[in-house]
Amino acid sequence: MDDFLPRALAGGFGVALAAGPLGTFVVWRRMAYFGDALAHSGLLGVALGALLGVNPQWGVTVICLVVALALALLQRQRRLATDTLLGLLAHTTLSLGLVGLAFLETVRIDLVGYLFGDILAISVVDLYWIWGGALLALATLTVLWRPLLAATVHEELARVEGVAVFPVQLAFMLLIAIVIAVAMKVVGILLITSLLIIPAAAARRFAHSPEGMAALASALGCAAIGIGLWASLRWDTPAGPSVVVAAAALFILGHAFPGSART
Amino acid sequence: MAAECLLRVENIGFAIRGHSILHEVSVQVAASEIVALIGPNGAGKSTLVRVALGLLAPDCGRVWRKPGLRIGYMPQRLSVDDTLPLTVQRFITLGSPASREQVQAVLAEVGADQVLNTPVQRISGGEMQRVLLARALLRKPDLLVLDEPIQGVDLNGQYDLYDLISGLRQRRGCGILMVSHELHLVMAATDQVLCLNRHVCCSGHPDHVARDPAYLALFGLDGARRLAVYHHHHNHRHDLHGAVVAGEVDT
Repeated sequence: MDDFLPRALAGGFGVALAAGPLGTFVVWRRMAYFGDALAHSGLLGVALGALLGVNPQWGVTVICLVVALALALLQRQRRLATDTLLGLLAHTTLSLGLVGLAFLETVRIDLVGYLFGDILAISVVDLYWIWGGALLALATLTVLWRPLLAATVHEELARVEGVAVFPVQLAFMLLIAIVIAVAMKVVGILLITSLLIIPAAAARRFAHSPEGMAALASALGCAAIGIGLWASLRWDTPAGPSVVVAAAALFILGHAFPGSART
Repeated sequence: MAAECLLRVENIGFAIRGHSILHEVSVQVAASEIVALIGPNGAGKSTLVRVALGLLAPDCGRVWRKPGLRIGYMPQRLSVDDTLPLTVQRFITLGSPASREQVQAVLAEVGADQVLNTPVQRISGGEMQRVLLARALLRKPDLLVLDEPIQGVDLNGQYDLYDLISGLRQRRGCGILMVSHELHLVMAATDQVLCLNRHVCCSGHPDHVARDPAYLALFGLDGARRLAVYHHHHNHRHDLHGAVVAGEVDT
């Protein structure tokens, strides 16, 4: 009965491992708001899952993927600025989710759990989801790494050099959607982006190569999970926010180091 | 003796929201040939380059590239986000995989081997232009497309860089399509100059242009860094928006 802690750690590590390399690209490509928008849409997925009577994780994953696809296609048309599009989709889907949940009178939904995460309640099924999603994301990102890096540095140059930029970027956006969908249980809708951004930003100071930064971001993310969980149990604080505070503390600590090279 | 044609752009039209950027523009580049595109800002030079590279689809006209053509492209501006730790060596091999020795050799060819291990954010504008050229050359291109290659380079560096580029044609036999708005530097090694102002104002061998009294007046005497205003006989004028207006011959 008391093995909730190992499950929480295993789930947290899975998410942090995948969030590290993906997060470095989110930082390099300045897509923080994109992550936020996908996370917001997750609540619509929760409502959808409840409505259809399936595991909400299915609803969340499908909605995140659909929103990511919609964003990629709408962005390509260049009718609206990207941040306008993101704001439109994020808040429409979030509100649709809340409205939808209000109709489901018979279903009790732990809204706070979805908003801020419920890492201590991670089940074995959740672990399958998290590790399945994380490993899929990491494996695909390994294949995409080189072309995605080239497209991140300069899109047109990459295209002339033969990179199929749009499919690569689309695949990357779908990977973020998957990781955000499975990470919801750990830190919740409102805090997911921090798990992508903060470890990557903290790693920057110490990294000399893109791969080094990605690996370090994973490691720092795992450390934040461990420290956050420990602090949460020690002082009885909410677990998800404690993890984010721990990540932020690592970021600040890293910047206090005087000797770290910045290349 | 006609060299093998690498790239042919025929009667291209391109408009953005009904606003014409290129109108009936044609250009071609053969192996070992240097073609320079000149014209004022907003003349559509970079747009034409993007169409030629296949990055933009023209509204009308035809773009033909030799099948299997390898292109080395040097974009106009490139800055790498400070959050991305990337050395010059890594940056160069993003275009095509290569060993450290190969990167070192191509950097030496462009005269920038001292920056091999420097972060790309820390090199000067002139070094960046050389690094971009090195990345293009590493692909062993049949055709080099250079969009304002001397931009941000000091005056002495500009002459060096042009010497380097004209040397490339001899050493590597590749065709070069180059955008510039500093005409006096383009002249020496160029085979063909194309004056662009949304349409082709004129084109021809630089000698023809260089003998023009107006050219000498503008560029020959003070040789200063001037924009490539049209310094040859025109059969039409442009208004402030670049549109063609009928009128007296401009000398």
